[in-house]
Amino acid sequence: MRKVFDFHGGIHPPENKYQSVRTPIADAGIPPQLIIPLSQHIGAPAVPVVAAGDTVLKGQLIAEPKGFVSVPLHAPTSGTIVAIEERQIAHPSGYQAPCIVIASDFNDEWIPHSGTRDYRNLDKAQLIERIRAAGIAGMGGAGFPTAAKLSVREGVKIDTLVINGTECEPYITADDILMRERATQIVAGTLILQQLIEPSATLIGVEDNKPEGLAALRSAAEGTAVEIVEFPTKYPSGGEKQLIEILTGKQVPSGGLPADVGVICQNVATAVAVYDAVVLGRPLISRITTVTGEAVAQPQNFEVLLGTPMSYLLALAGYQPQKNRRLIMGGPMMGFTLPSPDVPIVKTTNCLLAPTEIELPTPTPAQACIRCGMCAQACPASLLPQQMFWFAQGKEFEKLENHNLFDCIECGACSWVCPSNIPLVQYYRASKAEILQLRRDNEKSEQARIRFEARQERLAAADAEKEAKRAARKKAAEERALQAAADGGEEDPIQAAIERAKAKKAAQVAGAADENELEKLEKAVVTTRKRLETASGKLEQAKTEGSDLVAALQTGVDKTRAKLNAAENALHDYQLANSDAPMENAAPTDAAQAAIERAMAARSAEAALSPSEKARAQLEKLQVRLEKSRAKLAESRDSGAEEKIIEALESTVERLSEKIAAAEQELQATEGA
Amino acid sequence: MALMRITSPHAHGPMSTSKVMLNVLLATIPGIVVLTHFFGFGTIVNILWGSVVALACEALALKLRRRPLGFYLKDYSALVTATLLCVALPPYSPWWLIAVGIASAILLAKHLYGGLGYNPFNPAMVGYVVLLISFPIQMTAWAPPRGVGELPGLMQALQACFTPAAFDGATMATPLDLLKQNNSLLVKDLWRQSPQFGRWAGIGWEWANLAFLAGGAWLLYRRIFTWHAPLAMLAGLALMAALFNDGGSSASGGSPLFHLLSGATMFGAFFIVTDPVTSAVSVRGRLIYGAMIGILVYIIRVRGNYPDAVAFAVLIMNFAAPFIDYYTQPRTYGHQRGEGEK
Ligand code: SF4
Ligand code: SF4
Repeated sequence: MRKVFDFHGGIHPPENKYQSVRTPIADAGIPPQLIIPLSQHIGAPAVPVVAAGDTVLKGQLIAEPKGFVSVPLHAPTSGTIVAIEERQIAHPSGYQAPCIVIASDFNDEWIPHSGTRDYRNLDKAQLIERIRAAGIAGMGGAGFPTAAKLSVREGVKIDTLVINGTECEPYITADDILMRERATQIVAGTLILQQLIEPSATLIGVEDNKPEGLAALRSAAEGTAVEIVEFPTKYPSGGEKQLIEILTGKQVPSGGLPADVGVICQNVATAVAVYDAVVLGRPLISRITTVTGEAVAQPQNFEVLLGTPMSYLLALAGYQPQKNRRLIMGGPMMGFTLPSPDVPIVKTTNCLLAPTEIELPTPTPAQACIRCGMCAQACPASLLPQQMFWFAQGKEFEKLENHNLFDCIECGACSWVCPSNIPLVQYYRASKAEILQLRRDNEKSEQARIRFEARQERLAAADAEKEAKRAARKKAAEERALQAAADGGEEDPIQAAIERAKAKKAAQVAGAADENELEKLEKAVVTTRKRLETASGKLEQAKTEGSDLVAALQTGVDKTRAKLNAAENALHDYQLANSDAPMENAAPTDAAQAAIERAMAARSAEAALSPSEKARAQLEKLQVRLEKSRAKLAESRDSGAEEKIIEALESTVERLSEKIAAAEQELQATEGA
Repeated sequence: MALMRITSPHAHGPMSTSKVMLNVLLATIPGIVVLTHFFGFGTIVNILWGSVVALACEALALKLRRRPLGFYLKDYSALVTATLLCVALPPYSPWWLIAVGIASAILLAKHLYGGLGYNPFNPAMVGYVVLLISFPIQMTAWAPPRGVGELPGLMQALQACFTPAAFDGATMATPLDLLKQNNSLLVKDLWRQSPQFGRWAGIGWEWANLAFLAGGAWLLYRRIFTWHAPLAMLAGLALMAALFNDGGSSASGGSPLFHLLSGATMFGAFFIVTDPVTSAVSVRGRLIYGAMIGILVYIIRVRGNYPDAVAFAVLIMNFAAPFIDYYTQPRTYGHQRGEGEK
């Protein structure tokens, strides 16, 4: 027997599973209309490849993936595309999303398809390709594209493949019944995954409240390298992180992936989908869904086509709407309420729960937190829910993050035990959303800052150019004066003396007066700029480290920048005011002189950091920034970050690329001049 | 009918704050019965009158703070505060003493800080300390136990409460007082000389402590609180007593068993130290919190000027609880140890 570990906290809510496993899996049949949302997974929505009016066969591709973290969609049955339009879908916010609507022809005619029993001859890339092409996304709840999850980065060693048959949520029995009835397919799919990942251990983890499923899996896994691991029932042992801790004793680092501790986790239903895809060549077009709760007359499990309206499925189970006030997709702990029974079944719909008011009563108003600590005892992430509740009420986001709000898996254990009936998870969810929004806003202002800086640098470059030209003119004038003095010396000593006096005076004007005032101003500009640079550097560092000094540093930088602006303006004004006199004297007299002047101007400009150099430096800076943004983007794509984050990063990269193009042009222009 | 939209979780466990409070109330019954057996009806009269005052104060405060009366009165927290304070008061206390104590507890210690859950100090102990400092004579007048003095009847108990001037009850030093004042006799001889001592500690006290222990054990069994704080307190107290027992000489502070079964030890451990609102929250925090109270109880009992020390020790540690919490944050899943303690 493999040693299993315990995780902190957890609860034992009433299981209520027996109601829906009394009968075998029923076939839900073909509804007249199927509504297939383009986004049933985490990542970018799929892109339709059919149009209204097209006829499609069962299993035909109707939408293809967009990017790496995305999956294709297939027609669940044969029929005609009626529309591609916005429909209400199953989503916590109850919003509408683009869907492909198919009118069934009830022939259920398959498109030609084939799989292979000899998957052992396929290499990894081919296997992953089949899984991707079948449109498989995690079926346990989150719906992360399976092919993306299986594409382990180079150099990461996976030593444990975990197949999740825990199903710890009350009421849901979709995985349970799958293990009872289709254990061979589960094991077969697991073996395919095993071939793909080559772990040293392959474990199917099941809670001990499913003896029938366990027995079926054990006999199916006999003689294979797949190990069935049984462990005590406790909610939420089916959470990916918790299951990994139970089976390996290791904790996934905060913000990291299971792969960081050498584990990949897949659901049992996903394993069956993999089997169907590889061996039978069938895309993912149906799933097992539990329909249960006291407001349905015959709670049971259905094999249901994706896109089937939930009302159709509910009717099959004998739904009594008058008894039901709250329709839940998922379980009572982590499921969400549906806006209407007409939304379609999707890849992640493992359960429809229609409870009566007595079964799951409307929450009573929250009482005061008595700091009893029951929530902290129950929290599987070892958080302090009561403290986080306190901070969430006061919108103290920094403290919330310090208390690791983002490690909360929203399992609901804390709310479940709270004697004061405080909807804790609701507070955490709202706070998370607000913090993410703030971060996005910051990102935006960061981009504005970059634009502002680029402008400043352009202006500074223009100033420097002007300054260089002026210095060149001054030098030329002086030289001319000296030349004149030397030329005229032989002819007329008096004239020469006058010339010398004039030259001296000019030098004094340009030198003494300027040296004091100008030098001071210049120094001010240089030192302020330096200060700004160090401050910006610090700010940058603080931002990447996520330090809490960011705000303070930002105001510092802003102030310094304002100072720099003031100093630059002062310098510029002074230069303008003082450049009049020498300019009059220095008016070029002939073409040759003008040519000399231009040459000299170029040389001295180079000495004082030429504009083209400036442009090049800026270009380099932008390129570094682009590199960084690209890396960040790739990273968040790999880790399957939120779609919106990825989008924001993508637009950053795009904008930076545009800027680089502009900077390159500018560089060419300055170099050409 | 439109479907209801609410967020998860949709199920809720069986526990409620009212149930927690009700359980605490029930768990005090054995202790109250034993106290009544040994010291007469004084404690029960205390509690009945105290509860009336407490509910009135609570209603008044809620009214002033414009909170729904029915909803908040139903949490039973005012009754718990009243019961706990009245158990700690000497039996046969006059009505005004009880009223002042309860009013301090409910109005001052609880509602002035924002009501249940927001009070940093244990209301019952605040009430107790206010009385102890303001009316030291009344607060140290304990009745003699059954078998040592004569027990007043129920009528006399009521008289003691509501027409205190007409009541002339006997009082007697408690065993803790005796031991503290003793500096010439061996503990053994003191024991023999004073009728208040029983088998392990004071007559009546030892059984009352055991009864509160039983009530506490029941609450533990019902998972109303965890064992950490109360057991740490008892361990801290016993350890200190063992260290300074001095073999029962005239300088002895009393044996561990004597301290465990004297005064408000068990009552404090299971009904005061366990008050969730004012204690530390994490497991480690509760261990520290409880142990520190145990140690302080011993020091104040032996060195301080007051007969019992639980109230002071608890209030001092109420102060410290937020700091303890701050330094004992548990390690979050997926974090390195120490990372969460910045
Ligand atoms: S369980 Fe509820 S009442 Fe108890 S500490 Fe947590 S939030 Fe407060
Ligand atoms: S919802 Fe979050 S805070 Fe509450 S128990 Fe689960 S992980 Fe802990």
